[in-house]
Amino acid sequence: MNDQTSPSSSDIAAIKANYALSDDQRAILDHVERVAREVLHPLQAEMDATEYWPADLFAKMGELGLLGITAPVELGGSGMDEFTQALVTEVITKWNPAVGLSHGAHDNLCLNNLLRNGTGAQKAKYVPGLCAGTIVGALGLTEPGAGSDALGGMATTAVREGGEYVLNGTKLFITNGPIADLVLVYAKTDKSKGTKGISAFLVETNTPGFKVAQKLDKMGFRGSPTGELVFEDCRIPAENLVGEENTGVSIVMSGLDLERAMVASMCVGMAERALELALEYAQLREQFGKPISRFQMMQSKLAEIYVDVESARAMSYRALAACVGLPKGGGGRGEIHKLTAASVHYAAEAFNRAVTSACHIHGGSGYMQDTEINRLYRANKLLEIGAGTSEVRKIIIAEELLRG
Amino acid sequence: MSVSNNKPSHFVMPEQEALADQAYRFFHSEFFEMNAEMDDTDELPASVFPTLGKMGYLGLNVPTEYGGAGLDFTSACVITEELSRVSAAIGLTHVAHDNLCVNNIYRNASEEMRKKYLPGLCDGTLIGALGLTEPGAGSDALGSMKTTARKDGDDYILNGTKIFITNGPIADIVLVYAKTAPEKGAKGITAFIVETTTPGFKVAQKLNKMGFRGSPTGELVFDECCVPAKNIVGKLDGGVAVTMSGLDLERAIVCFNAMGIARRALDISIEYAKTRQQFGKPIANFQMVQAMLADMYTEIEVARSLAFRTVAMCEGLEEGEGGHGEVHKLTAAAIFKAAAATSFVLDKAVQIHGGSGYMRDTEVNRLYRTGRVLEVGAGTQEVRKLIISGELLKN
Repeated sequence: MNDQTSPSSSDIAAIKANYALSDDQRAILDHVERVAREVLHPLQAEMDATEYWPADLFAKMGELGLLGITAPVELGGSGMDEFTQALVTEVITKWNPAVGLSHGAHDNLCLNNLLRNGTGAQKAKYVPGLCAGTIVGALGLTEPGAGSDALGGMATTAVREGGEYVLNGTKLFITNGPIADLVLVYAKTDKSKGTKGISAFLVETNTPGFKVAQKLDKMGFRGSPTGELVFEDCRIPAENLVGEENTGVSIVMSGLDLERAMVASMCVGMAERALELALEYAQLREQFGKPISRFQMMQSKLAEIYVDVESARAMSYRALAACVGLPKGGGGRGEIHKLTAASVHYAAEAFNRAVTSACHIHGGSGYMQDTEINRLYRANKLLEIGAGTSEVRKIIIAEELLRG
Repeated sequence: MSVSNNKPSHFVMPEQEALADQAYRFFHSEFFEMNAEMDDTDELPASVFPTLGKMGYLGLNVPTEYGGAGLDFTSACVITEELSRVSAAIGLTHVAHDNLCVNNIYRNASEEMRKKYLPGLCDGTLIGALGLTEPGAGSDALGSMKTTARKDGDDYILNGTKIFITNGPIADIVLVYAKTAPEKGAKGITAFIVETTTPGFKVAQKLNKMGFRGSPTGELVFDECCVPAKNIVGKLDGGVAVTMSGLDLERAIVCFNAMGIARRALDISIEYAKTRQQFGKPIANFQMVQAMLADMYTEIEVARSLAFRTVAMCEGLEEGEGGHGEVHKLTAAAIFKAAAATSFVLDKAVQIHGGSGYMRDTEVNRLYRTGRVLEVGAGTQEVRKLIISGELLKN
């Protein structure tokens, strides 16, 4: 009997538990919802028009308690779990996708990775600033020649010289790259060992030899700065090594599982917003003498968007629940690897369908760049590409299904 | 079937895990071998109901004092999924009996009726069915209902036809909806318990289905069929509340009939992809086949997640609740998703099986023929979308 599909009665508790949020979670979410609507939502138009990131926005998010969700209270964080962090991501992204993306890169990719894998000294040095927003974080994995084959194709190197490592290479499509103070960078410390020769480093961006080669011009998520980073004989102290030398692969793989679970939350937040906008528009817009929401073809689209939103949400909450308490170095294989890949794979495609329909319901006005629905529509495509393309996600799932 | 140890503990409910595991093993040993012949002959083996009853798989949500298993709704769903993995047809027959008929009687009937019928329904000596759909009343089941129940002293006289009734040809007890006050439209409908030995009840025909063969489906005719007034379930003219809240639960649990079928299809597709060799290697080594398997898994687990969430919401739904609001919208969404996901999965499963999947006597073909009706029964996909959009656009 083949039982590669998940155990039958699984996950009920998680689903139940996570639809009954704790008082703490509820309070945080109410706060984030209000702040995101009042402070972040009005920034959308200007950020989108000019790829503009307000200089003080990270510091402001720090003041508002939006940073360091998973960081311990004594280091300036909120001390919550990854599930709560994802709910925060969902809400921020719903009201401002670009801020949600930058927030995720900072809070999850950089800060949470540091918390999971860094030394006590590294955490003491950087986490308080990251939580306050005085330090902006980023993560550097992708390279010009290393996208889906991020580990195998990695060309950036780090050579040990005395008490330092010397980094050389280029990282591309790095969210927050142009404004980051601290980048968690992956580089090959032993090329002969392939993916087992990768290490993770903390690089302060005022280090000589670090350069932002260019800020990139994106179709969507505009305002969240994305860049190309170049390391030219960039010397960093050996104590900035994260984890053991040559163990970067376990850091990146377990981090990627969490990242995928978080990106699913971004999709859910944006899809929910697309549904809200479509519902609002369908009830206001009149044609043939009545609101277009009275027509069954519109009703059918609205119902299908709802199904996609709630399906993606249920799956994403279930995957996130499985991520909570994932041990250091855990993930990157097995049930959690398969489940998070499926969660983000579905959420991204569901968001694509949802926002395409929502944009369609808006008719000609949805095609105009300066509408919120059009902004969501342009943002959409990234979710099927970043944090592993849909194809990479399917390869992960198939590998796990076919194992054994 | 064990839970991998690297899962966080709160992700699993051990009792339900054990329940599912036990149920699967029992169903597999008792029923799996019956599938081929059931499909060929469209006959349900007489041993099925007594076997289910003997092992406590009937009356899943009925308290033990009436002979039921006293389980919560989630557990009933889990068992339904396991049964459907083993035999889609028995899974359908079981859900029609246990949820549509038995659970509805338990939730809505008088104490006298409960005591009279539930013990037999729970031990498998009585087989139950539910009669709502009519030749002219499908999606518009309530509005177009033509079956009437006319008061006559202490009795009601039923006249009309019910069609596509699962278990109809073998049922001892049918929960029937009929119009007691046709002038009140949907507000003039009442539910009755009808014993099929009553004069005037007739199985007009057993229907010949494409799939779910072995689960008998029929057309039932009521011709001056006399039923005592005490057999009314719920209130006189209160049938809408019974049917609508029942339908929400039906939609929620039928998600698991679908999921059982889809999971089985994925399992046999994985097996086939690993063993079938072309171009000198297993077809599982080709990315296009891998993509299909990955998408099948994703659709199943997404639909299951939504279904579990929905079931959690149905847990403890009171009599007469449902039929509106959040639970109505969510159950409609869950079954819409489960049915669509199952159709998708079955289509890919046949694709992976190639020419052999087109042969009627293969398991995958049986599943393929079976799945289609999940987008039609318990409300078509269109009715489900009308429910969802109706709720979304309210106010």
